[in-house]
Amino acid sequence: MRTDKTATADEVVAELADGMTIGIGGWGSRRKPMALVRAILRSPVRDLTVVSYGGPDVGLLVAAGKVRRVVFGFVTLDTIPYDPWFGRARQEGSIEVTEYDEGMFAAALSAAAQRLPFLPTRAGLGSDVLRVNPRLRTVRSPYADGEELVAVPAQRLDVAFVHLNRADPHGNAQYLGPDPYFDDLFCLAATRRFVSVEKVVDTATLTEEGPVQSLLLNRSTVDAVVESPHGAHFTTAVPDYGRDERFQRHYAECAKDPGRWPEFADRFLAGDEKAYQHEVTRFTEESR
Amino acid sequence: MSGGEASRAEVAVVAVAELFRGDGDTLVSPMGLIPSLGAKLARLTFAPDLLLSDGEALLVTADGEVEGWQPFRKMLELIVPHGRRHVLMGANQIDRYGNQNISAIGDHAKPAKQLLGVRGAPGNTVNHRTSYWVPRHSRRVFVESVDVVSGVGYDNAAKVGYSARRFHDVYRVVTNLGVFDFATPDNRMRLLSAHPGVTVEQIRDATSFDVDTEGAGTSREPTADELRLIREVLDPEALREKEVPS
Repeated sequence: MRTDKTATADEVVAELADGMTIGIGGWGSRRKPMALVRAILRSPVRDLTVVSYGGPDVGLLVAAGKVRRVVFGFVTLDTIPYDPWFGRARQEGSIEVTEYDEGMFAAALSAAAQRLPFLPTRAGLGSDVLRVNPRLRTVRSPYADGEELVAVPAQRLDVAFVHLNRADPHGNAQYLGPDPYFDDLFCLAATRRFVSVEKVVDTATLTEEGPVQSLLLNRSTVDAVVESPHGAHFTTAVPDYGRDERFQRHYAECAKDPGRWPEFADRFLAGDEKAYQHEVTRFTEESR
Repeated sequence: MSGGEASRAEVAVVAVAELFRGDGDTLVSPMGLIPSLGAKLARLTFAPDLLLSDGEALLVTADGEVEGWQPFRKMLELIVPHGRRHVLMGANQIDRYGNQNISAIGDHAKPAKQLLGVRGAPGNTVNHRTSYWVPRHSRRVFVESVDVVSGVGYDNAAKVGYSARRFHDVYRVVTNLGVFDFATPDNRMRLLSAHPGVTVEQIRDATSFDVDTEGAGTSREPTADELRLIREVLDPEALREKEVPS
């Protein structure tokens, strides 16, 4: 019998320790493992280094005081350009950052996935990415061209959190939307790899809804599978659902106004995931 | 010529479209409304081979047919470094050598205003042709020096040398007032054309550094066919007029 890796969000988050480096999959406000992020908000863990193509995952973790450093190329809500919590923390100087070009960020994960110390990229040359990251070094080609490129250091992760559409109980996992983002790289760069999915299905069912190329993760790169319907809310998880724009706007409005934030946090983030989803349903019904 | 009936926004859409003339089978990545309208207009008229995405992972023809797959990872690991791309980015700040900032205003360690982050600007600017779109040309945008170099300008590319200069090509800046390039001997920003009704004085007043305006012309008016495509096909709700009021 292959190992059953199903677990709850609280069980996988219980493995976190203060000061860990965690990678969060998805992109901006797209297919973020938000239920796992909400489980981190409920946990006592602190001083995290968060590695993310940032969206509201970064904003919520900053809001809860969980973050010491963010490694990022951008933080955006897509339809709303800036995440208010990330912006405020930056402007108050309350978090540290490692700011990369988007391609450097991918190279850092690729280097870790391939167990290399660095990968060369052209991206970053001549920009302030090298000024604001004074530990970055360049590397010279040993060949006749002699080109000098940025040596992006490997970004190892203690833990990776990603959200996909389907998985079997053993960790074979599938995306059904148009873009895999970088979720396989996050898992390959990490020591412990946790995947939440909309639905856990039999292995045989995986290839019924999508082609074999949609099986992004195989079970050798996954340590636990969390079934979490609507677990990417309020980000997209197409084709299961799109972004909840109205809820995201509500999040951003409350995040902008420190006076309104407790109202949001008390209503949506004080309870467990079931309570969150229940309140989201009520919030949606209120607008009808 | 259709006379003076085109709005400033419509002149800007055509000025953006002109950036892609001759680009052939090149992926164009316009960011923002008027950039998107300009790229689509170019594809519908004089640049039919341009490749455009749906803003996410699909390449889509002018008829709405999916013609390719282009997820973010392919974009960053293959398309940008391979270089067959022309990006049109926004800019919170631009200086005379074409350095651009979309990261943060003020000291990077504790910014007065956190913006997006550098995004793909460093990689774009050293790998392929890059242009900028500025809907409100002002001294706040066109500054003496940018706070965080996100997009690499000519002086910084030259300082690094061959590897940064090799594919560096900051091509044009289009604003609500005119069209600019950096094709001077020392790669300083130069006015190519002022939009109809805009004076050189207006442009000088709205720019913190000296702009070379010698020999500048007037941006062309949209043709009747272009106006029809903009008004009836591409932007029937006239959202462009909100981005650039006349």
